[in-house]
Amino acid sequence: MSVDIVLTVNGTRRTIPLPDLRTTLLDLLREGLHLTGAKKGCDRGQCGACTVLVDGRRINACLALAISLDGAEILTIEGLAEGDRLHPVQEAFIAHDGFQCGFCTPGQIMSAVGLIREAQAGNDPERVREAMSGNLCRCGAYAGITEAVLEAQQAMIQQSTGQRPAGRQGEAA
Amino acid sequence: MPETAPRPIRHGSSIGQPLTRRDGILKVTGAAAYAADHHPPGMLYAVMAVSRIARGRVTHLDVAAAKSHPGVVAVMTPQNKPALARHPDEKTDGFTFRLDLLQDDRVRYANQPVAVVIAETLEAATEGAALLDPAYEAETPAVGLDSSEPFTPPAIGVGDPADMATGDVESGLAAASRRIEATYETPAQYHNAMEPHAVVATWDGDTLDLDMPSQGLAMAQARIAGLFGIAPSDIHIRSPFLGGGFGSKGMIAGPQVLGIMAARLVGRPVKLVMSRPQMFGPVGHRAPTRQNLRLGAAEDGGLTALDHETLTATSTFDDFIEPSGGVSHTLYAAPALATRHRAVRLDTGTPLFMRAPGEASGSVALEGAIDEMAEACGMDPLAFRLRNYAETEPASGKPFSSKALRECYARGAEAFGWSKRPLAPGRMRTPDGLLVGWGVGTATFPALMFQAEARAVLTATGEAAVAIGAIDMGQGAWTALAQIAAEELGLSIEAIDFRIGSSDLPNGGIAGGSAHTATAGTAIKAAAADAIAQLTALATQDRRSPLYGAGNAGVIARGGRLVRRDDETRSEAFAEILARAGRDAVEGKGAAGPDAAREHYAMHAHGAVFAEVTVDPDLGQIRTTRLVGAFAAGRIINPRLVRSQYYGGMIWGVSFALHEQAVMDPRTGRPMNANLAEYHVPVNADVPALEAILVEEEDPHVNPLGIKGVGEIGVTGSAGAIVNAIWHATGRRVRTLPVTLDKLL
Amino acid sequence: MIPFEYVRATDVAGAVASGAEPGAAYLAAGTNLLDLMKGGVSRPTRLVDITRLPGLAAVARRDDGSVRIGALARNSDLAHDPAFAGAYPAVAEALLSGASAQLRNAATAAGNVMQRTRCPYFADTASACNKRRPGTGCDAQGGETRLHAILGWSEACIATHPSDFCVPLVALDARVEIAGPAGTRTVPLESFHRLPGDAPERETVLEPGDLITALVLPPEAAGFSGHSRYLKVRDRTSYAFAVVSAAVGLRLEGGRIAEARLALGGVALKPWRAREAEGLLAGRAPDESAFRDAADAALTGAEPSGDNAFKIELARRLVVRALHRAAAGTPERLPALPGSVLAPAPEAPHA
Repeated sequence: MSVDIVLTVNGTRRTIPLPDLRTTLLDLLREGLHLTGAKKGCDRGQCGACTVLVDGRRINACLALAISLDGAEILTIEGLAEGDRLHPVQEAFIAHDGFQCGFCTPGQIMSAVGLIREAQAGNDPERVREAMSGNLCRCGAYAGITEAVLEAQQAMIQQSTGQRPAGRQGEAA
Repeated sequence: MPETAPRPIRHGSSIGQPLTRRDGILKVTGAAAYAADHHPPGMLYAVMAVSRIARGRVTHLDVAAAKSHPGVVAVMTPQNKPALARHPDEKTDGFTFRLDLLQDDRVRYANQPVAVVIAETLEAATEGAALLDPAYEAETPAVGLDSSEPFTPPAIGVGDPADMATGDVESGLAAASRRIEATYETPAQYHNAMEPHAVVATWDGDTLDLDMPSQGLAMAQARIAGLFGIAPSDIHIRSPFLGGGFGSKGMIAGPQVLGIMAARLVGRPVKLVMSRPQMFGPVGHRAPTRQNLRLGAAEDGGLTALDHETLTATSTFDDFIEPSGGVSHTLYAAPALATRHRAVRLDTGTPLFMRAPGEASGSVALEGAIDEMAEACGMDPLAFRLRNYAETEPASGKPFSSKALRECYARGAEAFGWSKRPLAPGRMRTPDGLLVGWGVGTATFPALMFQAEARAVLTATGEAAVAIGAIDMGQGAWTALAQIAAEELGLSIEAIDFRIGSSDLPNGGIAGGSAHTATAGTAIKAAAADAIAQLTALATQDRRSPLYGAGNAGVIARGGRLVRRDDETRSEAFAEILARAGRDAVEGKGAAGPDAAREHYAMHAHGAVFAEVTVDPDLGQIRTTRLVGAFAAGRIINPRLVRSQYYGGMIWGVSFALHEQAVMDPRTGRPMNANLAEYHVPVNADVPALEAILVEEEDPHVNPLGIKGVGEIGVTGSAGAIVNAIWHATGRRVRTLPVTLDKLL
Repeated sequence: MIPFEYVRATDVAGAVASGAEPGAAYLAAGTNLLDLMKGGVSRPTRLVDITRLPGLAAVARRDDGSVRIGALARNSDLAHDPAFAGAYPAVAEALLSGASAQLRNAATAAGNVMQRTRCPYFADTASACNKRRPGTGCDAQGGETRLHAILGWSEACIATHPSDFCVPLVALDARVEIAGPAGTRTVPLESFHRLPGDAPERETVLEPGDLITALVLPPEAAGFSGHSRYLKVRDRTSYAFAVVSAAVGLRLEGGRIAEARLALGGVALKPWRAREAEGLLAGRAPDESAFRDAADAALTGAEPSGDNAFKIELARRLVVRALHRAAAGTPERLPALPGSVLAPAPEAPHA
């Protein structure tokens, strides 16, 4: 009963056999494609560790059925940096110590990238906290996470004069 | 095999520098591989079926249905499980906990594993486990602290006596001009590290290869060796990154052993990852407590007596007793002091160490009661704490090896603005009419020391390879321990090939008790000193060396060179010394453990946490709007990482005060909120403003590095400060944790 | 999760035909359905994927002043649609107070309406639940009931409906557009969800094959935009289901309430419209006494179904608060913490 789906994963369009229709996007990424950056913390949309961008929007990969996403564009943590050049959000997470154990970190970072693209929070820390509240961090790195998101967003706005490829910048202004 | 090769860092390197995490790039790019991220060739997936009753027997498993599901390879039950060399209930020492490894059909708690389904895909294993649809013969479970007769445990925590007394508490209470008695209750809490327990197990004959998060590699190795009847050295565990531990990964958990058994059964590599609901059972928890505190004080606010009785719970089949009274042994100068611990047996999984075990639950009760006594005395809660400041440890009478708590109080109060606090509750409001309250709590945690070994090899290139089976569960061992190695070897951190997180390295001990940096760091220091001493001997005994004749004490290692103390112009590079001696390397070995100073001093980190809460006066909803903690914990290796540890602990304090509780169905003994939607831990919006102040403290006694440990202290003090702030906002003393809004209506 | 057949619908008629088969379930984002399937609560044998149905994600303003929210409109898109949020601010606030940004990005309007209760005994297949398995009993009663219903519950079921979105929608007389085997019809949202009675397994008026195609807000719903709020008391500052919530819309004329809309969430197995309270408010000055009367009326007949008596008083007080906040005017911009009772009161009312 294997069917093929087509996904563009981190910029590469690929045909992916799906041996089991029950496979979620998260399990496909982790167990099928061995893109293990997205983590399974709850598998029920309650922790955010599996956050990836689907067609540019942050979602919980654990609650998306892979077959239903046939044709979609997926961006995971593995596709965020350009070679050795980290994405501003990644840089900022390191600089602000926005993680400890690191398990929730790929989800936090992808959520932050999605948040910046959504351009709803502006530079209001309270709105950033609210918008990042779908990503649990049991180590308690929230202070650094919020600082990192705000700083990265600023950096991306400053760089949005064309130094970076389109789609990288937040539309926030 | 190198599990990780942290890339070069970008800042300074020695002790005290705020380096960013050396594993940072791996973690922000998704390249840091946690146990469940591994896929050895031929790997199968194992999924546990767990019990839906808390007590009784499994009478039937529909193995045929599970096996008939496409992709299912095997079903492991008590009937066909691989034989074990040692019964899982056999206790060989105090750190051996009984495990549920399908030994029989008994069910002794909800979510106990009752079978394992192994399949070609995760989806098939998951549905296979559901198809087992166990039938039970259920018995009435013991649920709650009132469900059975309390007993006096033979020991609490890791072996302390259940009862302790100094002075005569009853006389002290009788002599007091003010007395309070308060009963605080804390709920069962589950660690819920973001990474569920996992294992990827591969057998090759009688050798075993494991990717498995573990806070203590050698202990896990020994436990597995005993269970499977193989040599510890035939077990290789890789655990370079843990997705949080908080105590629940200190001992190997039963489900991890089941994954190893499953791999044995099918003869192929197996990955077993627990589901989040399954985490509420077989991997430990913080037991509920009911703590009764009786305090007496004289007219001037000086305590005359402190009595702290704890009723807690353990499982029906093993003992771990939450030592809540311990904080009362050290914090306040009561001339008469008594603590007692009693326990009941419940049909739960065995409780375990959970971040600040005993201290966290004990602190919230003690800090609440102290606040109540301050109120009874009409005193400012901070002034009351200072009035009862312990100059020596009350329980033992020993001097403190160091104690900068006064500075913590002062600096925290200053940063918080405590002096503007009205004494009476209910006096502060936001412009919107929300109630505002300020509270304080004292933080404390013992400065422990365990055992560890390390290796430091100086190589012909003038660089070093430092290895220790230490653990980074988020506290920053990859960075802080490397900083210690760099400092002690006189090398830049970039010149060190630093390895941790693997059981084939020297035994790094356990990452727990907030003692890992102190213990592993001391072992590294000793290993480095040994290597430098050997190198020094090569140089100072060689006439061709500019260091000839300087003697071992006459040189120091700095910048990759040995330098004469009495003449810094005379030095020689490590590489030159080795080359001339015709040596490829010198290998230093070091060990660490508790020393005799522990007999003479009480050793604790301290802190003061100040909390501001906002409470809706009509609706009861609460938010911790500000937390300021000032902590003194000896020498700080990396202030950036330490601040993060304090923040994390303080957020655990928020969680303890306002959120966390396992809700047990009183009839079935099952946790009804075994998920992260309903078992609440704080989200980002719950902690708007945090400040952690690192108060300087030098401790010449605690260990050679002067480190006290910072991983757990932040939890203590914080929860009490928040509960006290809620009182200050509302005038309501809520003594049943967590403080949910319904308790304020 | 049991194996299932997967059907990708390309038009509504085909979807309905496929969805009418026994064991079929419609799949949109799946944020609730997959959760239930993973827990063994839902075990569909066929998933009819409706995400590719054309035109169903649109939010269309119609000439008569009504707005048609396509079934597949994502929660976040709807909430962040400036025209929509401006006209129906309480709906936007409710949407943004729910779940997390990730879930709102995925979850659809119709999926939100269709979400199942969070009752832990419903979610737990080892517990007796009349809703999940009719006739087996209700283990919630006598169990953990802090968040259970205080209105409209029965001996058969004391669960609540978890939606935030539905609360202002029901207050604004939203209608549900349904395509079914027998054609298309619309039903008021207020009667879409059923109270448990003795058949809690019948959660809505939908029949096999029925597919929600849209939610429609009538022209007059936009008349409350100047004085609308959704407030939600919860156990965390964010990312938590409501303990109790309230949606309010007021039309003020000459310093008096010309018309009021009020609904409660987290109190019953459906979004609870408080029509009697609305009637009491009409013609009154927007003051504490009117609001208290309305709150009392809204909670008429409320009874604890367990350890949840506090919710009755809490709901009363929340109604008063929400009415005050709505009377003060809809904030120019949604608060940083949407729906939060702890968010600072709005500085600059809109309109």
